[in-house]
Amino acid sequence: MIEFPLLSVMTFLPLAGVFLILMIRGDREDVERNSRHVALFTSFFVLAFAIFMYLRFDPSTADFQFVEKHKWLPGIAYHMGVDGISMLFVLLAAFLTPICIVAAWDSIKTRVKEFMIAFLVLESFMIGTFCALDAVLFYVFFEGVLLPMFLIIGIWGGPRRVYASYKFFLYTLLGSVLMLLALLTLYAQVGSTDIPTLMASPVARDMQLWLWLAFFASFAVKMPMWPVHTWLPDAHVEAPTAGSVILAGVLLKMGGYGFLRFSLPMFPEATLYFAPMVYWLSIIAIIYTSLVALVQEDMKKLIAYSSVAHMGFVTLGIFSATTQGVEGAIFQMLSHGLISGALFLCVGVVYDRLHTREISRYGGLVNNMPRYATIFMVFMLASVGLPGTSGFVGEFLVLLGAFQVSTIVAAFAATGVILGAAYMLLLYRRVIFGPQENEDTFKMPDLNAREYGMLVPLVILVLWLGINPAPIMDKISVSVDHLLTNYNAHIESAQAIQAEGGGK
Amino acid sequence: MELLAVFTPLVAFLVTFLFGNKMSAAAVQFITCAGLILAALMSVILFFDVVFEGRSYVTVLMPWVVSGDFAVNWALKIDTLSVVMMCVINIVSACVHVYSVGYMSHDECKSRFMSYLSLFTFAMLMLVTADNLLQLFFGWEGVGLASYLLIGFWNKKPSANAAAMKAFIVNRVGDFGLVLGIMAIFVVFGSVEFGVIFEAAAAHAETTFTFFGRELHAMTVISLLLFVGAVGKSAQLGLHTWLPDAMEGPTPVSALIHAATMVTAGIFLVARFSPLFEYAPDALMVVALVGATTAFVAATIALTQFDIKRVIAYSTMSQLGYMFFALGVSAYGAAMFHLMTHAFFKGLLFLGAGSVIHAMSDEQDMRKMGGIWKKIPVTYALMWIGSLALVGIFPFSGYFSKDIVLEAAWADHTWFGHYAFWMGIAAAFMTAFYSWRLIIMTFHGAPRASKKVMSHIHESPGVMLGPLMVLAVGAMFAGFVFYEPFVGDSGSAHG
Repeated sequence: MIEFPLLSVMTFLPLAGVFLILMIRGDREDVERNSRHVALFTSFFVLAFAIFMYLRFDPSTADFQFVEKHKWLPGIAYHMGVDGISMLFVLLAAFLTPICIVAAWDSIKTRVKEFMIAFLVLESFMIGTFCALDAVLFYVFFEGVLLPMFLIIGIWGGPRRVYASYKFFLYTLLGSVLMLLALLTLYAQVGSTDIPTLMASPVARDMQLWLWLAFFASFAVKMPMWPVHTWLPDAHVEAPTAGSVILAGVLLKMGGYGFLRFSLPMFPEATLYFAPMVYWLSIIAIIYTSLVALVQEDMKKLIAYSSVAHMGFVTLGIFSATTQGVEGAIFQMLSHGLISGALFLCVGVVYDRLHTREISRYGGLVNNMPRYATIFMVFMLASVGLPGTSGFVGEFLVLLGAFQVSTIVAAFAATGVILGAAYMLLLYRRVIFGPQENEDTFKMPDLNAREYGMLVPLVILVLWLGINPAPIMDKISVSVDHLLTNYNAHIESAQAIQAEGGGK
Repeated sequence: MELLAVFTPLVAFLVTFLFGNKMSAAAVQFITCAGLILAALMSVILFFDVVFEGRSYVTVLMPWVVSGDFAVNWALKIDTLSVVMMCVINIVSACVHVYSVGYMSHDECKSRFMSYLSLFTFAMLMLVTADNLLQLFFGWEGVGLASYLLIGFWNKKPSANAAAMKAFIVNRVGDFGLVLGIMAIFVVFGSVEFGVIFEAAAAHAETTFTFFGRELHAMTVISLLLFVGAVGKSAQLGLHTWLPDAMEGPTPVSALIHAATMVTAGIFLVARFSPLFEYAPDALMVVALVGATTAFVAATIALTQFDIKRVIAYSTMSQLGYMFFALGVSAYGAAMFHLMTHAFFKGLLFLGAGSVIHAMSDEQDMRKMGGIWKKIPVTYALMWIGSLALVGIFPFSGYFSKDIVLEAAWADHTWFGHYAFWMGIAAAFMTAFYSWRLIIMTFHGAPRASKKVMSHIHESPGVMLGPLMVLAVGAMFAGFVFYEPFVGDSGSAHG
């Protein structure tokens, strides 16, 4: 029986949308309007499929589901499938894309058609990355994402867009080249690039260390971890709002996903060996970038640095290799996708009105934009990790996981809770409260229907997942269990072999 | 019953917050006040149910976070400790709600103010009815949020915004300890549910665990970490700096949050975790020392203040110090008793001060008051009642509770118990001094305000005086009536 190829449909449906947009002919205005609509409808279709996938997903098994496997190149198969870990990232990408298209509705005024095409291509590659079950296929999608993002920053970005897009591209590419080398080595060693096969056949310890480092180079840049994070603030500042949202919301999560898909299951011994290094890099990320965020004058830069700090929690949770740590990290990634995306949208709202991101140009917005102030506050508090918002659940579980491994690490990481409150409250105070000094700030109108439409779903999700995180936790728990059981089994057997060797 | 008592304020908040701009201010005031009065009635009924029938139970609402062996529910725990807190919170909150109708009548954002008050009440109720540490933390942060919103309520004033931020961030420093404490409890006990923890407490009396690379006595570490959280919330020395600044908020907020309820959350936390503290004598010593020192130092500061609200704020800090050293000498019932009487008379004093400020056209400096007692006689009388109760004159409520606190400290026969006793006695004399000073500077002597202000002085409307009367009844009789249940049977207010 041939099953409905759900994952392929989701991956390539956006490309069909691109084809439709390319077919549009007529006046400039017609083309722009139609391409917006086509892009929006396409992304809604993808979202509908993604919700269908979520509902049909069987959380009681750790096996890959909706699997498709076809011959592609010699030795490399077109192999797609999702488990509890990747499924939710697909949903996240499918959820954020329509919101981004709505965000770009009025604020992108030049080359609208091309922008929509770039965005749909981006969606296609993002979903492909999370669905791919062949390392080469994964690599193709993972790298492919760079192209549309490079164009989105480079064409529709701010004044320093060319610099930022080059930096973004070169940083990520450098890491990826090392990953490609590691993939080739793996192929030479194991004779396959099939991800499930690779997971089942670990390589020798010395080899693991090298391969782990190569993969780490790629994922750490993507994440981004300190000290290779410097591309992120530049990219965010220059990117248009929609670009920032998708960059923070989905692209950063590819790094964390990579750690979970490759580093932990394929190189368990190396993971254990390098874990302390990752802890300290994460702690530096949390504390140092929080302090940097504290002194920013640019709203987007501040949120970008806060993203680095939040991603520090994610790496900490993943490499704690405890149930709470890993589940917390996944939850934190999903929740951060919503929260930071929403924060960038909030910045976009005022940027569209005043065309500046400088914090000191604003102030007293609560008077003329009370609804904006309320919604901004929800996301500000979610970013701070207030219980009752989704930000809390992830952060707390990560700390709980880390605490079981090392109390020192957990204590240092927990200082992020204080610093996070400091920079977010300061931002909020300077933008929303205080006296109004500028005439033009006072004239800004409150949210319009379009902006409501993109922010309210996020508010509801952030609060609902904070009060009832079960819709996510239920789906991931079996897969995470499976991942950690295998991980611990590998480590135990390796240690047993080592002990035997030492005995002789 | 408990659902009504806890969730009515939430419903009132949601309705008025989401639809407040479509309703008239009067409708918002009606909804929130009615909600709170209903909740107060429910909690009084619950109080009699639980205290005199001796019932205690847990109502599970729905699962919250489940991750591996870490599982937490939303649940309401109803026992003596939580219903005492519920009564105090709901009654004082209902009074403050009604009072605010009058106090905030000239403000443009009445609706927002009322809905924030309801939000605060809900968060505080979640805190005290929590059945596990995570939900307690939810309430803990929720009251922090409401406090942040209400301190910074007049958001055009930069000083109010700064004070709000300061309160939130200083509290976060305390939360840092609390979060680590929660995690340590999970590692040691394998659960964060109160029932499981307290049952296993005796078994873990000697457990050690590795903290910061050292093998340490688990109970002491856990208790001290929790205490760090309590110090932040209850403004004890070290993390107290936010409380005086918090007086930037409207006066009803100071009465509700920064005198009667939120700042006592730290006391509640330690009392709730008394089964663990009992196995950590070193931690109890720290609690007693910090409490006694705060009681003394805060009283000395109160002697020198000129802002009427700041005098009362430092007095609150000092009284919280009393409660903490009572906890430190294991007199949990006495601490909770003082908490309750303090809620009434300090709420009364703050609201009375608000009535004075209202009459004096928003003047808070006592140097610019004086000679007004004839013009506002009811407020004057009520302030006397509050002060007498605070100072601890027989038969006002403060007499009973402060006496039992000091007695417990003396009877503890430890060096820190005696230290606490002498600090407490010294602070009690200073309390009398600054209370009299407040009354005399505010009401007596020659008028120091401008003629214009003096001509405007008027007694507050009934909607403000009514709640004051209710609290005054509490301040007069609560000590006398509840002495037996709290102190007679010395175990009844334990967790």
